[in-house]
Amino acid sequence: MKNITRFISIALLGIIVAVGITPITALADASTGDTSYTYNLDYWGDVQDSPDFYTVSKVFTSSELGLDVKLKAPEGLFSYGDLLYVCDTGNNRIIELKRVSSEKFDVLRIIDSFKGDPNSTFNAPSDIAISEEGNYFIADRGNGRILKLDPDFNLILTFDKPVDNTLDPSITFQPNKIVIDTAERVYCIATGINKGLIKYEPDGTFSGFVGATKVTYDFLDYIWKKFATQAQRAQMENFVPTEYDNVYMDHEGFVYACTGAVTREDLRAEKADAVRKINLMGNDILVRNGEWPIYGDIHMGSGGGYEGPSYFSDVTVFTNDIFVCLDRNRGRCFGYDDQGHLVFAFGGNGNMDGYFRRPVAIEHYNHDLYVLDTLDCAITVFVPTEFGALVYDAIDKFDQGDYTASGESWERVMQLNGNYDLAYIGIGRSYLRQERYKEAMDYFEVKYDDENYSKAFKQYRKEWVEDHIAVIVIVLLAMFLIPMGIGKVRSIKHEIDTADIFNT
Amino acid sequence: MVSSLTKKETWSEYWRSLKFAFYCMTHPVDGFWDLTHEHRGTYAAANTILIATLIVRLAKLRFTSFLFLQVYWEELNIFLYLASVLFPLALWVIGNWALTTLFDGKGKLGQVYMATCYGLIPYPVIQFPLMLLSNVVTVEEGQFYSVLSALSLVYAAILIVSAMGQIHEFSAGKNLLFTVASLFAMLVQVFILTIFFSMISQGVLYFISLVREFLFRL
Repeated sequence: MKNITRFISIALLGIIVAVGITPITALADASTGDTSYTYNLDYWGDVQDSPDFYTVSKVFTSSELGLDVKLKAPEGLFSYGDLLYVCDTGNNRIIELKRVSSEKFDVLRIIDSFKGDPNSTFNAPSDIAISEEGNYFIADRGNGRILKLDPDFNLILTFDKPVDNTLDPSITFQPNKIVIDTAERVYCIATGINKGLIKYEPDGTFSGFVGATKVTYDFLDYIWKKFATQAQRAQMENFVPTEYDNVYMDHEGFVYACTGAVTREDLRAEKADAVRKINLMGNDILVRNGEWPIYGDIHMGSGGGYEGPSYFSDVTVFTNDIFVCLDRNRGRCFGYDDQGHLVFAFGGNGNMDGYFRRPVAIEHYNHDLYVLDTLDCAITVFVPTEFGALVYDAIDKFDQGDYTASGESWERVMQLNGNYDLAYIGIGRSYLRQERYKEAMDYFEVKYDDENYSKAFKQYRKEWVEDHIAVIVIVLLAMFLIPMGIGKVRSIKHEIDTADIFNT
Repeated sequence: MVSSLTKKETWSEYWRSLKFAFYCMTHPVDGFWDLTHEHRGTYAAANTILIATLIVRLAKLRFTSFLFLQVYWEELNIFLYLASVLFPLALWVIGNWALTTLFDGKGKLGQVYMATCYGLIPYPVIQFPLMLLSNVVTVEEGQFYSVLSALSLVYAAILIVSAMGQIHEFSAGKNLLFTVASLFAMLVQVFILTIFFSMISQGVLYFISLVREFLFRL
């Protein structure tokens, strides 16, 4: 008897365990479905899977390029026409590549020295830029100088540590990233100098700092700091402007500067910016009309061992004003349009093609992207997919004023990706320009674009009132006249009823 | 009870008391005095106003233009959304009655409820036309909407405060004092409820783990 009860209870327990486990395993299977390689954010900030916007054409490592000495910790990338310059920082040289196709690059030259200076070799060159006259500007970081070389690598000028009273004299000058404008003015980011971009005149004189980030601090922090001891104060973070990580000079001469040294709290409170577009005055003129702020991932969970906000290590700007930011933290590329809407986001950390370990530089050629990974010592070449090419086509046609064709391209984008908000708004804007207001309103309403909806609705309302003006007048008149008429009839009736003539 | 529904007087009384809500809207002092002291208000009318408020609040979600109200339907729980009106209302009525009854308040619990519901009348009356209006304005003209929308809430708040003063026969100063005290009473109730529910769940968890342990040792 005792055995039977025991048997039954064990059997029951077995059933309970079996029933309990099945749903758990089913759940585990469902939860492994990660987000896709490419994604976008919708109006609500939900991540929407997307077809690939860019696809890897080829990954170039030292062996693919046929280099005898392998790349070592390369840091800088510069695209100039169909030439691509790679700063092989660890090997103190610069490699000049010529693009044959997106799947073939030839090594043209390996630049490791120049003429006209006793110290004619580089020491950890970290960036290169080429002016319109064809002069080379090289950030020779280890030697603490920026070199200006003519096309035959003869030294023209050296830009040294800026002479400025506000600068700590003990600091070693380490020019890290440089950009050149059309007049050969040099804008430089140097390690440890956080006053903004160092600006040199074409003749080599230092002319000031531009575009420093604003210092923000809480009043509470300030008071707290007043009471803290020296040791405590050293422990606290300083109220200093953040240093930029990289710069890019766009085709109009605006400097895009990005930084990763920002906290999640500052980004969310809009106290700090991950990217800035700096004009000649040093003011930030980046348009931020998107639903979501421009700092990469808005969901900063600690998935896969990576946490915190995106760390923008480089930025590049297409001629259609779409700019692509490179996130070193999660190995992703974020493309934003001229209004600040997220166009695409893709990538991840890993060893597969299209994934990165420590991406540090991004450049573009037409709409292709080059991404340099400093740990993998590899350049990944991305080309737009059909989907990506259609989006660019639609944007370019709209900018050219061909609204019908732009609308058609957006329609095809929508067929490829029904979760792509920009497609709906693009179709709506195309209808709006074609004066088909009702259709435009429908598309804007679907994706909550209130500004454009209001523009379309204003015109639609105007047309509607013009078409129905007769009905509106009649209704308005009726609203006044009928009650007035009833009142009049009643008062006449009342007068008749109470008239003396009938009572006598 | 049911037989009274067929009588014509019942319905005319109901309509009269419902129309009286509009009198209260324009005469916040006289109206609410008469509401209880002259028996001009009925529970039926109070319930109707409350239901109208809830319906308008729900209808707004669907029929307000997306320019002013964007609804994330995936996360919307209609019952929680209705509770966002009903729960504070219940806390207010109980908290207000519990306090004022200790300090010479003349209103009964039911009267507090009735007067509060009558005080809600600006919400459906203003919000319903506003909901329709929102569909024929653009974003630039949206200021009308936001101002009127805020007005309906402020109006209702003023009516409720005034109503409490009248039904409890309080002076203006005492009324304000007890309004603030009632708000604190609401907080205290939330606190007690939170403790209550966490205690209950702890208690239930205790027995659950006991049973688990028992099954494990078996």
